[in-house]
Amino acid sequence: MRKRQSDDVSGKAKSGMTMQACCEYQAKFEPVRLEFSTLGIVVNSKSAPLMVDLRQLQLDDARALLGHASHQLPSVEIGATSYLQALIDKLCELSLKDPLTGLSNRRFFQNVLGREIEVVARSGEPALLLMLDIDFFKKVNDSYGHPAGDAVLQAVAKTLSACVRPMDTVARFGGEEFVIILPSCQSSYGFQVAERIRAAVSAMIVTVAPGVTIRVTISIGGAYAPRWVRSTAELWVDRADIELYRAKSEGRNRVCIEPQPILAVSAEEKHLLFGPLSMDDPGWIESMVGDGSVGSSGSLMKRVN
Amino acid sequence: MSDVSTSPTAEKELTPVPLKPLGKVLAVTSGKGGVGKTFISANLAAALAKRGQKVLVLDADLGLANLDVVLNLYPKITLHDVFTGKAKLEEAIVRAPGGFSVLLAGSGMVEYSRLTPNVRDDFLHIISGLLPHYDIVLLDTGAGISDVVLFAVSLASEVLVVATPEPTSLTDAYATIKVLVGEQQRRIIRMVVNQTARMGDGRAITTQLQQVLDRFVVAKPGEKVRLIHMGDIPVDPSVRQAVMRRQLLMTSMPGCPAALAISQLAGKLEDMLITRPQ
Repeated sequence: MRKRQSDDVSGKAKSGMTMQACCEYQAKFEPVRLEFSTLGIVVNSKSAPLMVDLRQLQLDDARALLGHASHQLPSVEIGATSYLQALIDKLCELSLKDPLTGLSNRRFFQNVLGREIEVVARSGEPALLLMLDIDFFKKVNDSYGHPAGDAVLQAVAKTLSACVRPMDTVARFGGEEFVIILPSCQSSYGFQVAERIRAAVSAMIVTVAPGVTIRVTISIGGAYAPRWVRSTAELWVDRADIELYRAKSEGRNRVCIEPQPILAVSAEEKHLLFGPLSMDDPGWIESMVGDGSVGSSGSLMKRVN
Repeated sequence: MSDVSTSPTAEKELTPVPLKPLGKVLAVTSGKGGVGKTFISANLAAALAKRGQKVLVLDADLGLANLDVVLNLYPKITLHDVFTGKAKLEEAIVRAPGGFSVLLAGSGMVEYSRLTPNVRDDFLHIISGLLPHYDIVLLDTGAGISDVVLFAVSLASEVLVVATPEPTSLTDAYATIKVLVGEQQRRIIRMVVNQTARMGDGRAITTQLQQVLDRFVVAKPGEKVRLIHMGDIPVDPSVRQAVMRRQLLMTSMPGCPAALAISQLAGKLEDMLITRPQ
């Protein structure tokens, strides 16, 4: 960890910049005082996201980060305050977007998800979470190389974005996994929407090298947010993930949405409700024993029937 | 270059504290109408009051309330006036003959038969405002599985499903339980079977429902849905008499079999809601 810097930009510049940059800096900018209280950014590095405290961020760190993410650095002609603002804006964008696909990243997704689950708890509007995974993505990487894999990820990202409404959030969850949050999505349409996405991806032709085209498919798992009751975003993701796992294990290139509670009672259930009792009377069925109301069981349903 | 400990704690926002169902709130519900839900709520409240509990029954059947009919009470100020801001909550609370308090929905609540965010908030405010003043709050919900019913039930720490041995009632009770498990992740649901002909019939019905649940309603792996049989209320001509006279069974005929069964049920519920640590 770096030693704590003063918030004075001139001070930062002196300690963190190369000599040349420092000279350039001093020639162009007046010293300006910046106050960052609790502002931070997150940088997606290859290993794990790093939280950078902006108070400790140095100008050349910021430049390096943006350069690394092949973001264009703002022009120094715009003045000290605007330059820093532009730098911060770019860093914020960097912290919320997946650089490869241009989709929102996992962090942004988590924020939207956390908010959406609260909205559903209050409004009761059904919201669907889809988790999507490219089938046999490893094969693409292994057979055509990583640039081909990247091209596939980008093509899938583009198709996903084209399939949803502006209010929906498409994000890259990590690796070849994507997520889509669909607010106000009626339960009767959820499957259709997911199926349309699946079909669009399977119809896609990706050019991975000059003259080389491949096709990919995706598996989709989905779950609705619980309505009227508060739950957690983690639980919601888990439920969608279980469905994705189901879609994978049922043969891939398919959609599995967690069944909504069905109000109707099926004929089979009714049959069992009024059929013979095959279960032993479990002791726990009554909260307390010895209150005099315990009686024999098992014969009633036949009589009712 | 990073210092996680001093970084903004945005991660914390991602795990909202789940809204706990309110303690000491018991929702009385059923799939089918006309199984004696309101009758049981009112008499149960009287029985609990007799045991020294401070009880309030809230007519949560906003669209089609009839607790007023059962209790023969027609107050000028009702929940409707509280919802519309015409009266304060305290003004709408009425003392019922059985020694408990009631909050009646009143007419004109049809507009509340659909759950909108406003209705939800009004409801939540009212119930949380009542809680500190009572030992037990009973929510007499409507029949069916509407949004309002489900929401009212979601506020309660315990839910009591009323069924009768009639096949239609059983089917509807089963459907209700299914929804409560599916939509509200409830794992324990309490049953009371009304109008049973013989001792043990209720327990058999609960066991039968449990058997079907085990087959068709899967919670999560490793999690079981349990129905707890809280008691039977036997068929008793006194009930009809009391209902027709619009009297509480607990006060007019406290010694009849149905009243004794309700007393027993009250004892169990008191134990469950009050004595048992939350």
